[in-house]
Amino acid sequence: MSNIPSELKYATSHEWVRNEGDGTVTIGITEHAQGLLGDMVFVELPDVGDQISTGDDVAVAESVKAASDIYAPISGEVVAVNEDLEDSPELLNSDAFGDGWLFKVKLDDAGELENLLDAEGYANSIDED
Amino acid sequence: MSNKTVLHAKHIEAGAKMVDFYGWEMPINYGSQIEEHHAVRTDAGMFDVSHMTIVDIKGNDAKAYLRRLVINDVAKLTVAGKALYTGMLNHDGGVIDDLIIYFFTDTDYRLVVNSATRVKDLAWMNEQANGFDITITERPEFGMIAVQGPQAKAKVATLLNAEQIQAVDGMKPFFGVQAGDLFIATTGYTGENGYEIVVPQDQAADLWQQLLDADVKPCGLGARDTLRLEAGMNLYGLDMDETVSPIAANMAWTISWEPEDRDFIGRKVLTQQKAAGDQPKLVGLILEEKGVLRSHQKVITPFGEGEITSGTFSPTLGHSIAMARVPRSVKFGDTVEVEMRKKLVKVLVIKPSFVRNGKKVF
Repeated sequence: MSNIPSELKYATSHEWVRNEGDGTVTIGITEHAQGLLGDMVFVELPDVGDQISTGDDVAVAESVKAASDIYAPISGEVVAVNEDLEDSPELLNSDAFGDGWLFKVKLDDAGELENLLDAEGYANSIDED
Repeated sequence: MSNKTVLHAKHIEAGAKMVDFYGWEMPINYGSQIEEHHAVRTDAGMFDVSHMTIVDIKGNDAKAYLRRLVINDVAKLTVAGKALYTGMLNHDGGVIDDLIIYFFTDTDYRLVVNSATRVKDLAWMNEQANGFDITITERPEFGMIAVQGPQAKAKVATLLNAEQIQAVDGMKPFFGVQAGDLFIATTGYTGENGYEIVVPQDQAADLWQQLLDADVKPCGLGARDTLRLEAGMNLYGLDMDETVSPIAANMAWTISWEPEDRDFIGRKVLTQQKAAGDQPKLVGLILEEKGVLRSHQKVITPFGEGEITSGTFSPTLGHSIAMARVPRSVKFGDTVEVEMRKKLVKVLVIKPSFVRNGKKVF
């Protein structure tokens, strides 16, 4: 069983969301997801300033095995992207919940966070996979 | 039903992620396939290839039989232990399998064929044996370990006894020798130096452990695929199959046209194809921007469409490479396009060989 931090929120499509408490969130993909994908070789990120809506395919994680779309788990404006991934996509493998973060979003509606899964809900969703 | 090799427990012990490979439960990686790939390019790695099928062909007609069965000519083999890479065709000139043949004497040969094609290969070989004085014997009682990389031979040497060291001393590429209980061959599927070692099953786990203790890194099918693709080596089922001519699979070099009276299976069809000059060809593709070329993506050229047969990210080069079957008029050095995730990207066409002995070769 992979690590699922309890302080994060999750989407069934394997993104995690960390509430920074200032109207922004940090988004990444879960340890479980990186394990399924295998060694990461390229990551395509949205641009800072992009307006994204829940469910949009906004990024791509390309591993040795396959290219996988990453979906916006929440709506808002992209305010930062993890530029270290350009040269070190393997951060997604080694530290999915930390240095392997993807991008930060300024929320349109903080209430949307309530629609996401908690750690237990996400754990149940991957059991059903 | 899932087959397990004699090394299955060693893989689990090493934390391998196991996958189904044509009915065999095999390691895809032991953590990171990219690290495993680099180990083979820079040091030494090992692969469990015990799932591959060893078939011994013996008897008065062994040579005549093989001269009929495969497209290369075993009559070229005159030095004991010398090996030959070739293909076995059906009557329509399609590739049933690619294989390696080791020569010991005119009445004694060893074949190593793919595991995925084992059943049909054996059926075909038996069918073609009619009228030849030979025996066809599968040898499932052996395991096989490929040890590959610039330090592979030196690390293996630390485990061999004096007679075995002498037996492999100075052995040229593509040779095999029975040395004590081990059959040791200078063959491989990575583009690096090294050995493929056939070992009695009851000794296989010990040999694997000794190699681990000699700092040889266990490598899975994932690294095996990126290594063979960088080396420009075909994978049966992706780069060719029964519907594909060896001429369209970069295997023309394994066809022996001389002597003209050697009537190998598929010769008539291949002769017509060669005269017509209309078979597509297998080329290498290079993508230097982001993205990874994958099997079955469409290739668009001024001479018509082609298809990627194998594509991957090349850990050695840091960008994507592929093999693709394209119209024959496409030339090395041309730029063509690949349809990748709904976009068209430009790729360079080169000879299908990317990395040898740790170095870029294009």
